[in-house]
Amino acid sequence: MAVIETKNLAYTYPGATRPSITDVSIKVEKGDFVLITGPSGCGKTTLCRCFNGLIPHFYQGQLTGEILVAGQDVTKHQTHELAKHVGLVFQNPENQLFALSIEKDVAFGLENLGYPRAEMRQRVDWALNLTDIYDIRERSPHEVSGGQQQRVAIAAVLAMQPDIIVLDEPTSFLDPLSAQKIFEVIHDLNKRLGLTVVLVEHRLDLTARYANHIIIMDEGRVCSDGAPREVLSNETTRLVGVGIPKATLLYQLLSKDGMELGNMTPLASDEMVKLLSEALEPR
Amino acid sequence: MIVVRDVRFKYPSGVEAIKGLSLTVKDGEFIAIMGQNGAGKTTLVKHINGLLKPTSGTIAVNGVETTKTTIATLSKSVGFVFQNPDHQLFSETVEEEIAFALKNFGFDKATIEKQVTWALNLLSLEQYRKTSPFMLSGGERKRVALASVLAWDPEILILDEPTIGQDHEQKEKLRQFILQLQSQGKTIVIVTHDVEFVAECNPRVILMKEGKIVADGEGKEILTNTGALEESSIVLPQIAQIFTQLEHLGFPKDVIDIYEAKALLLKAWEDRQT
Repeated sequence: MAVIETKNLAYTYPGATRPSITDVSIKVEKGDFVLITGPSGCGKTTLCRCFNGLIPHFYQGQLTGEILVAGQDVTKHQTHELAKHVGLVFQNPENQLFALSIEKDVAFGLENLGYPRAEMRQRVDWALNLTDIYDIRERSPHEVSGGQQQRVAIAAVLAMQPDIIVLDEPTSFLDPLSAQKIFEVIHDLNKRLGLTVVLVEHRLDLTARYANHIIIMDEGRVCSDGAPREVLSNETTRLVGVGIPKATLLYQLLSKDGMELGNMTPLASDEMVKLLSEALEPR
Repeated sequence: MIVVRDVRFKYPSGVEAIKGLSLTVKDGEFIAIMGQNGAGKTTLVKHINGLLKPTSGTIAVNGVETTKTTIATLSKSVGFVFQNPDHQLFSETVEEEIAFALKNFGFDKATIEKQVTWALNLLSLEQYRKTSPFMLSGGERKRVALASVLAWDPEILILDEPTIGQDHEQKEKLRQFILQLQSQGKTIVIVTHDVEFVAECNPRVILMKEGKIVADGEGKEILTNTGALEESSIVLPQIAQIFTQLEHLGFPKDVIDIYEAKALLLKAWEDRQT
């Protein structure tokens, strides 16, 4: 079942002369882990803003085409209605944190939806623990590091237990191990709870292995859409200049020069190690 | 030259972010400071342009101690690009943003125009000259912040997380640009978590942990040091991840460059065929 479906979606920001996205027709199935990538300014963030109705309700501008999220027409439902289904984590955590304590920030969405106290407590603690910020829950979100702020923003969305979580470069301020940890948490929620994940990322080195679906955008359009191994092997992807994982690139370079490594394009280093060990094992 | 001697720094809140640190960066050096969130990386580099003054110890930039001069004077030789572009952008157009510091430094109109155009071109921002920086994407705003500092051509450049939000092509441009600046004798200090970027640039790498330096050496040496990296919450670059697991086949462990990797593997493959 598709939880996000767009048909010929196009959007122009107020006052802009050109549309930021054009002719976007995509389908995200329930339980998918979708990676959206493409050059800076290609329309990734704009597309994400459509998923919870920030576009068109908050940003105004001109939206044409169709967009259904969790079966609801985004143009006819307000962001607060969509918020029960879709949680959005922004690029810059400072844009979404405002409470006096981390705990209160994480509880805010639940308070607004009127959850009972006990359930709120339990969900907030669950989200704080998952993102490893339980110990700093009483501090102000504005006095912790950029990486910790990003975890607070993620926890606030997770606490709402949405069906779909949309993350726009959620770990760019985190050190690599913390980033990996967050991606693993998200991947685990995707596997265990069937949470649909839409992740916008440039760093495919860190994320390609988690996705079952990759969408590549360029100049506001979708230029490649499908299974990760196929998308990362095709020519369009290379031409758009997407930073494909080094393990994948090494595989391509070696295959091109005649080394036989099999037909399964690796997405991560452990897969590449396996291929190389098999190919080069002493006879 | 930047000389950091026995520096300690305590924030007013009582948190000691730098706990006795010494470091010398020579003219024309390119260094990357890495380490986990909260290790004190940003606190350290904020000392270089005098934004922060040490609680004890000294920092001297080109022989002048930062406590004995002003930020305004230091800024001419030390350009600082913040992690979050929104902390430094404020003008109505990209062009004005880039011209701002130049005007403050008292450059004449023709020079300002020349420098602004140069910086816009360099960072592929020409089409946004008259646009508000706040209308741009995160990656583009980051480039505006970078352009506004590069425009006055400081001899020491500090870039706090320059690759955040940048796509592959922009990162490659940034890399070539840094190498070009380095060849002109500029000193470049980057704070970054981007191991792949560091592996491609191969600068001197300094690992920090809890306000101290835990490792300092060539990129190739540090980025393949599994123990030290783990301690600093850094993941090995992918090529290093692959080669640290291929030791049993007789490959060297310290490979971070993809073309070096390719050459080694192809040779092994060809040897095996014959």
